[in-house]
Amino acid sequence: MTYLIDRRLNAKNKSSVNRQRFLRRYKNHIKRAVSDAIGQRSITDMDKGEQITIPNQDIQEPVFGHGPGGKRTIIHPGNKDFIKGDSLPRRQSGGGGAGGKAGNSGEGMDDFAFHITQEEFLEFMFEDLELPNLIKRQLAGTESFKLKRAGFSTVGTPNQINIVRSLKSANARRIALGTPSKKKIKQLEQELQLLLNNTAENKPSNKTAITVLREEIEALKKKLKRIPFIDTFDIKYNLSVKHPQPSAKAVMFCIMDVSGSMSQGTKDIAKRFFILLYLFLQRNYDHTEVIFIRHHTAAKEVDEQEFFYSRETGGTIVSSALEMMKSIISDRYPSSEWNIYGAQASDGDNWNDDSDNCFKLLSKDILPLVQHFSYVEINPQQHQDLWHSYQRVQALFPKAFAMQQIIDPADIYPVFRELFHRRSA
Amino acid sequence: MNKHQQKRQPISVGSDWTFDLINQYHEAIANIAADFGLDTYPNQIEIINSEQMMDAYASSGMPLLYHHWSYGKQFLGIENNYNRGQMGLAYEIVINANPCIAYLMEENSMTMQALVIAHACYGHNSFFKGNYLFKTWTEADSIIDYLLFAKNYIATCEQRHGVDAVEATLDSCHALMNYGVDRYKRPHPISPEKEKKWQHRREEIMQQQVNDIWRTIPTGKSSSTQKTEKNFPGEPQENLLYFIEKNAPLLESWQREIVRIVRKIGQYFYPQRQTQVMNEGWACFWHYTILNEMYDRGLVTDGFILEFLQAHTSVIAQPGFDSPYYNGINPYSLGFAMMIDIRRICENPTEEDREWFPDIAGSDWNKTLHFAMQNFKDESFIQQFLSPKVIRDLKLFCALDDDHHDHIEIMAIHDNTGYRIIREQLAGQYNIGDREPNIQVVNIDIRGDRSMHLQHYQHNRKPLNQDTLSVLQHLHQLWGFDIHLESLQDDQASSHYHYPEQNETQNIFNN
Repeated sequence: MTYLIDRRLNAKNKSSVNRQRFLRRYKNHIKRAVSDAIGQRSITDMDKGEQITIPNQDIQEPVFGHGPGGKRTIIHPGNKDFIKGDSLPRRQSGGGGAGGKAGNSGEGMDDFAFHITQEEFLEFMFEDLELPNLIKRQLAGTESFKLKRAGFSTVGTPNQINIVRSLKSANARRIALGTPSKKKIKQLEQELQLLLNNTAENKPSNKTAITVLREEIEALKKKLKRIPFIDTFDIKYNLSVKHPQPSAKAVMFCIMDVSGSMSQGTKDIAKRFFILLYLFLQRNYDHTEVIFIRHHTAAKEVDEQEFFYSRETGGTIVSSALEMMKSIISDRYPSSEWNIYGAQASDGDNWNDDSDNCFKLLSKDILPLVQHFSYVEINPQQHQDLWHSYQRVQALFPKAFAMQQIIDPADIYPVFRELFHRRSA
Repeated sequence: MNKHQQKRQPISVGSDWTFDLINQYHEAIANIAADFGLDTYPNQIEIINSEQMMDAYASSGMPLLYHHWSYGKQFLGIENNYNRGQMGLAYEIVINANPCIAYLMEENSMTMQALVIAHACYGHNSFFKGNYLFKTWTEADSIIDYLLFAKNYIATCEQRHGVDAVEATLDSCHALMNYGVDRYKRPHPISPEKEKKWQHRREEIMQQQVNDIWRTIPTGKSSSTQKTEKNFPGEPQENLLYFIEKNAPLLESWQREIVRIVRKIGQYFYPQRQTQVMNEGWACFWHYTILNEMYDRGLVTDGFILEFLQAHTSVIAQPGFDSPYYNGINPYSLGFAMMIDIRRICENPTEEDREWFPDIAGSDWNKTLHFAMQNFKDESFIQQFLSPKVIRDLKLFCALDDDHHDHIEIMAIHDNTGYRIIREQLAGQYNIGDREPNIQVVNIDIRGDRSMHLQHYQHNRKPLNQDTLSVLQHLHQLWGFDIHLESLQDDQASSHYHYPEQNETQNIFNN
């Protein structure tokens, strides 16, 4: 008795539960590896999975076993020129010596390496992060949906009937079903006319032919009448699908200094900071809008591409960007409907007189409207006026305002995390 | 059978397989196996793809197993190595069950499928059915049902008590899995129906028994208690998991059941750990013999047999000790060499063979091989059947590594004075008792702090490894009270391990 079974079509992901269990157990290791990877990767790489390495000793499953030492005899194959009584120096590593360690296979200290997908990579990266103080202002707690038209369907409720569509298809059906009979009637009537015109020769055979024709026409007309004007399967319904509508809308302002004082390296770091923010927003909020404002002496609202990839030079007036942010908020994003977030990156340079303006703008006009505003200064040197002004802002708004200094690319991620760490409030 | 007598009428010529061809080859192989008297369980051959093979790998080859992170770790490791091309997958996996389940990979060529059928479905399968260890310790009829029971039970526990709690218990049990084995006593057969019926009763009764052991209410006159105060357990216990299942005071009944499940599965794998060389040697011998017989009967082409021989040669390759590929003795190689040599001793004995193997030289080879397969395990098989010729062919030598000496000494090589030493030492290498530290429960402090005292009896002064404390931690997790382990060297305690760790002053190290 033998059975031959083709299992190839069976599910192949039997191990996926076990895999998830493993990822869950070593979450901390993986998170650490992910945040290291973010520090090193270039931004365009962010959409890939990652090779994760965990030190072997951390994931070992301990069992009782023998340690090195004691007296042991080991049989090896492939003797070449040893004879009984030879003595050999002990080798430290295995490597195939006659040493006792050669037999202890699997003792390698290689780290355990495996691959996680992009999905998992971002998941780990964004874990525990949430836009700070996000208040669900509209329809708190429940997710709302918006119905969107998506063509027609043959099933639905009466209130969704599309009359034009239904009548069109009823008409088409009537034409399709009725045409053969109508043609036949037309043909028979012609024949009948012909016979009636020739009534002169009043043959009995003609009479019977006429009655036969009349009966036939009558039957066909009855058949035509039986074609219903509208049938159940003519009825078409409007089809609508639900699109999730986030219950809280958020807009994120990205402000970056692109003046001459910003070196390429500084800009690079700033770009990474924003891209992290941007990726994070895109992932967490279906309908989060992002406004990019770049500035030197004057501010300009730009699209994402231009924001990150075009170059300009000139002096620096930070308040120009804050002014612009303020006016955009009042024009387009009333704070009663939107949760507003600001993020600013700069090297700390500013016209001396301007820093005070910035303080006023932020503390008077902007911070009362926004949920959170973060400032990163990418500058290894001494802080300048702007930093000190912002410190005063922070003193006034300790919860809604955060500032951090970044020195090299590896600093970005920790800062990013700190800025957006889930607040307990 | 007529067509067997005809000249060269191969079943197929191409390398692609079809279900029809597999059936035809299987039939031919089954006929030849029957001619050689191989007694097997019915076969269930399953064709799977490489992803499924990786899944099967990750769960120790079992078709269904409870969920645990360690299997996920296995899987990730395999997947990583396989995707980077560092490792090929095995051609087959075979499961000791009735019917005997064998997995064939769809990527294999027709030749490889035939090889696998001969190797797994007739080689391993007859070994599972015939070898005394498998007969004694495993229940091929009910293992699949038991695994299903275990999987469902653990899934229920996870729902009821949370994944973390179940995982912690399983971790601890896995650490002691090799110490959940009865070595000398026939265990209860695993019967799934009874298992279910008994499970509930067991929970109650076990808890009662545990309570009895721990009843410390004074029973009256102190003089009588003084007299009856005995050492518990009465004799040292080597089956740690069994001891815990029956006696651990703080385990919940579901935890006891999990201990039991891990113990049962450990017991199921125990014979496989003891018969690697024999099992693989036996299977290689038969795929070699059967496929050559097919060639002799004209059922396969020259191309087929060449492809087969190439695969066969790479499976039984034994790199020398100084080769970069050397990774210990290849059980396929040693086993195959010995099986072939037994046949040679029976058919064409030399003077030397008559002197070394007077009983089997010149006897019926098939009967002798079957006798060897049925009644031995690796250790005794080598001790009994390793011939001087095999030692010479493999150029085995024995190295003595003693930490009391500065140098490694060559104790024996393949010469007249060395054969017996090599045979004895090699057999010792396959003795599980020597390979794994001998650790037993010697005393429970019933009237005191309920601590568990274990002893390790050193073999050739070999100390315990650095995992020891972590394993004790797992033991502590199950037992619930302090654990003390002393490592004995010639009845002298040479080192002590404690969990929870004790103060330095209390630690004694005699180096």
